Amino acid sequence: MANYYIPASYLLNKILDVEIIKSPLITAKTIELGNKYSPEFVCTPFKYTLGTMIESLDMGANVLVQFGGGCRYGYYSELQEQILKDLGYKFEMLNLITAGKANVKNIYKTIKKIDKKFNIFKGLYYLFITIKMIKYMDKVDDYIRQNIGFEIEKNSFNNLLKEMLAKFSQVNDPFSLSVLYYKYFKKFKRIKTNKPKDCLKVGVIGELYTLMEPFSNYYLEKQLASFNIQIKRFTNVDYLLFKHKKTINKALIKSKKYMKYKMSADASSNIYWAKYLGINKYDGIIHIKSSFCTPEIGIMPILDKVASNYNIPIIYFSFDANTSEVGMKTRLEAFYDMIEMRRK
Amino acid sequence: MNCYLGVDIGSISTKGVIIDECNNIIASAYIWTEGNPVNAVRNLIEILKKDLDSKYVVKGIGTTGSARKLIGLLLNANVVKNEIMAHAIGTLSLYPDVKTILEIGGQDSKIILLNNGIITDYAMNTLCAAGTGAFLSSQAKRLNIDIEQFGTLALKSTNPVKIAARCTVFAESDLIHKAQVGYKKEDIVAGLCKSIVLNYLNNVGKGKKIESPVIFQGGVSKNVGVLKYFKEILNTDVIVDPNSHLMGALGIAILAKKNKTNKVYDLNIQNVDFLTKATECKGCSNNCEILRIYKDNRLVDSWGNRCDKYIKN
Repeated sequence: MANYYIPASYLLNKILDVEIIKSPLITAKTIELGNKYSPEFVCTPFKYTLGTMIESLDMGANVLVQFGGGCRYGYYSELQEQILKDLGYKFEMLNLITAGKANVKNIYKTIKKIDKKFNIFKGLYYLFITIKMIKYMDKVDDYIRQNIGFEIEKNSFNNLLKEMLAKFSQVNDPFSLSVLYYKYFKKFKRIKTNKPKDCLKVGVIGELYTLMEPFSNYYLEKQLASFNIQIKRFTNVDYLLFKHKKTINKALIKSKKYMKYKMSADASSNIYWAKYLGINKYDGIIHIKSSFCTPEIGIMPILDKVASNYNIPIIYFSFDANTSEVGMKTRLEAFYDMIEMRRK
Repeated sequence: MNCYLGVDIGSISTKGVIIDECNNIIASAYIWTEGNPVNAVRNLIEILKKDLDSKYVVKGIGTTGSARKLIGLLLNANVVKNEIMAHAIGTLSLYPDVKTILEIGGQDSKIILLNNGIITDYAMNTLCAAGTGAFLSSQAKRLNIDIEQFGTLALKSTNPVKIAARCTVFAESDLIHKAQVGYKKEDIVAGLCKSIVLNYLNNVGKGKKIESPVIFQGGVSKNVGVLKYFKEILNTDVIVDPNSHLMGALGIAILAKKNKTNKVYDLNIQNVDFLTKATECKGCSNNCEILRIYKDNRLVDSWGNRCDKYIKN
């Protein structure tokens, strides 16, 4: 998923004495494979991850890692394991979250099975560094999203990001990681942009996988940047792992007007964020999800209400294996024209 | 004198207008696209040229519609914009106080909400082309009715049949069933017109506040049957401009005027060699379909690549 494979493979490389197979980047072939072996009406991330698993297994992997979440995501791991075993693949599934909770004992057992020499203290030490790395990455990403639409020299942000991530993968202690982060953040700030003070600002909310994997949303953020728009996205791994519960509790209090009970996955957070975007006078909200994503479909009428209360335009996109890219581009272009016209 | 050309190349029809400095239409044409936008535009330009006085010089060209990008290259257009913007600008030039624009075209339908001359909200049909002109014309063919008589026939009905309109495929089987049990043709036709309106309001117009003045345009607005049911269901007056089919072209011509440069455009495209070549890139498993556009054997643009690998040669 985007650049997060870097900290993930970093962690596994450091703590396990095994060969890590980096799964190939997601391409049209990935979704084709996933589509072929998935139930038709399952949400799209299932298809993407299943396709990636098949590609990795074909490359020789024999252990797969999957998480779980508070919606249909909770069934992914078991279902994918069954589908792949039915296809005749032999492998071990490492499910980090079962039934909504991290099952530490089980994880430990499976890891021990994979690598008998696994040392728990070393594992925790590198886990700490990895978490820190993810937090730093998310901070840098947020800064990039706000400024990449205004870069003067093309690709200057992305090239520096690549350089930073390569350096990140080589650290061995938390201190040098912090030093690197501050050094590179300064460099990012020094990249020349032509950002006006009153630039157009758009918030992107919705379902987590579609938000975070650019291939699955047809590089929506890249397109927004090409319109010279400042982008705000709340969903990142830092949020999912550490701020999820806190955000939902906050959402239930602050957006009491719009919802009474907690909704599954990130639905409650999205309502709260839409309200935040409205209050902070953003120019528009873009809500994206994979097709058939039940929690996100459920909040669409509520988002409409938030949008009309704060007089902020909102547009919805659903993505799956058969979405027309041209159709999406036309609608996005029109959305940009509209928010620009509203400004004047 | 200066004039400006706007071309709207849709899935079914291609529209063109030429306007003067005061947005008056001095020439217009409406022809079928027939799956070949380049040819359609060549014919369109010939028709427009016949109506154009020799005192005019073209100072700006705009293209819109689904083939806007391709035709923009062919005509060297100075403005290439999506249909939503073009329709809104075109309509505003004639009805400055419009609040709602309903538009049903050949393959898509949209709703545009405006306030004080500014677009405040819009929606477009999402997945399928149910309830658009393409559906109507295919059903007219099935019932052996000329599409131009469709609307007037619908007006004769006093008892329109109910047709399940959620999806074109279901609507079609429902329609066949109604025909097979012996409903009158005008009742079926009226039912179809009504189903289009209901489908539109349930899908595209869902949750949108439709305020008058309401203007209905796009090819389907010429169908008086559909218009009647819009008025009936919305319970308000719905205006159809005599030039409602040209609004997109008019709007894009106005945008071309606003963005004019000193350049003078040549409308002699009859002999321009224009070619699109499609190749599949084998660089990775994305297999992007790369489209290369050649004009007089010179590569003018290429689209379709997901990465930066493919650079104009």
